[in-house]
Amino acid sequence: MAFVNLKKKEVQTKIVFYGPGRGGKTTNLEYIYKKYNHRIKTEMVTIKTDADRTLFFDFLPFDIGKIKGYDIKIQLYTVPGQVKYNATRKLVLRGVDGVVFVADSLAVRRDENILSLKNLQENLSSYKKSIFKIPLVLQYNKRDLLEQSIPVLSVERLEKDLNARLKAPAIEASALTGSNVAETLKKIVSVTLTSIEHTLT
Amino acid sequence: MSYTLDQEQLDGVEQILLQDLFDIGIHCVFLIDMAGNVIASVDNGDIKHDIYSLAALAAGNFGAVNTMAAMVGEDEFSLLFHKGQKENMHFSKVLGDFLLITIFGKEISLGYLRLKVGEAAEKMKHLLEPCITP
Repeated sequence: MAFVNLKKKEVQTKIVFYGPGRGGKTTNLEYIYKKYNHRIKTEMVTIKTDADRTLFFDFLPFDIGKIKGYDIKIQLYTVPGQVKYNATRKLVLRGVDGVVFVADSLAVRRDENILSLKNLQENLSSYKKSIFKIPLVLQYNKRDLLEQSIPVLSVERLEKDLNARLKAPAIEASALTGSNVAETLKKIVSVTLTSIEHTLT
Repeated sequence: MSYTLDQEQLDGVEQILLQDLFDIGIHCVFLIDMAGNVIASVDNGDIKHDIYSLAALAAGNFGAVNTMAAMVGEDEFSLLFHKGQKENMHFSKVLGDFLLITIFGKEISLGYLRLKVGEAAEKMKHLLEPCITP
């Protein structure tokens, strides 16, 4: 839940990048950090294992300017994608305002995408939030692999598997090359801020 | 849980942070919610800690410690304290939904700080309780 500070005229919103392990959530944040370095005043915080896998979360705060006179602070988080870390995933989702679901386009990761989305739905419902109502953007990541001869899921397949009922905005991207990472961010920021706009007077 | 704090309540929280805690000589104090949002903060101007990142980590840390407590059959671990060479951090839950974090040096004893934090937390409860929607 976004925190609106009427005294400081400031809004803090929490956006979480969710998805299966090795899907590119941290790579998204690393690209954003690199690209918007001049606007980000602090270091990106990451808590990872020795093997460079996200253990708890990555955290990247940045300011996007003013809306209706309020300073908007966006706080980006990732969750650990590995199945065994569900307790920490749940903790990170606490108070979430918007979610980017980073789906892995690799054909062999089809089941992991579906399971992770189901897991997101369950974890959101533990906070009495519905996956159908929360601001959500799907990112079909690793589309750069199409240029290499690696079996990749078609967008139609991904849409059927993940977005048939959700009908959320979906963006093809490559976190590694940075293609459409900024667009994903703009989209989730826009839908999230629209959902909380009524609280700004 | 959702909550809304108006200007008067935010002023009240800041007043408590300032008078009950900052004035005893701590370096920095801030109140956050369990989602990691910073509600109010006061510091001495000399330190340059990134409180937004600290808040995110503190909320995650507190959540993890609570889960550990539950796993060994405890409701909670009431004392959460990190001791450093120059800076120490103390965490105290307020009403179950907020966390009061103080950063202080060796000039203040932990016992005295806990006493003052306890008093401040009690005052905050009265202020914050009406704002919470279960």
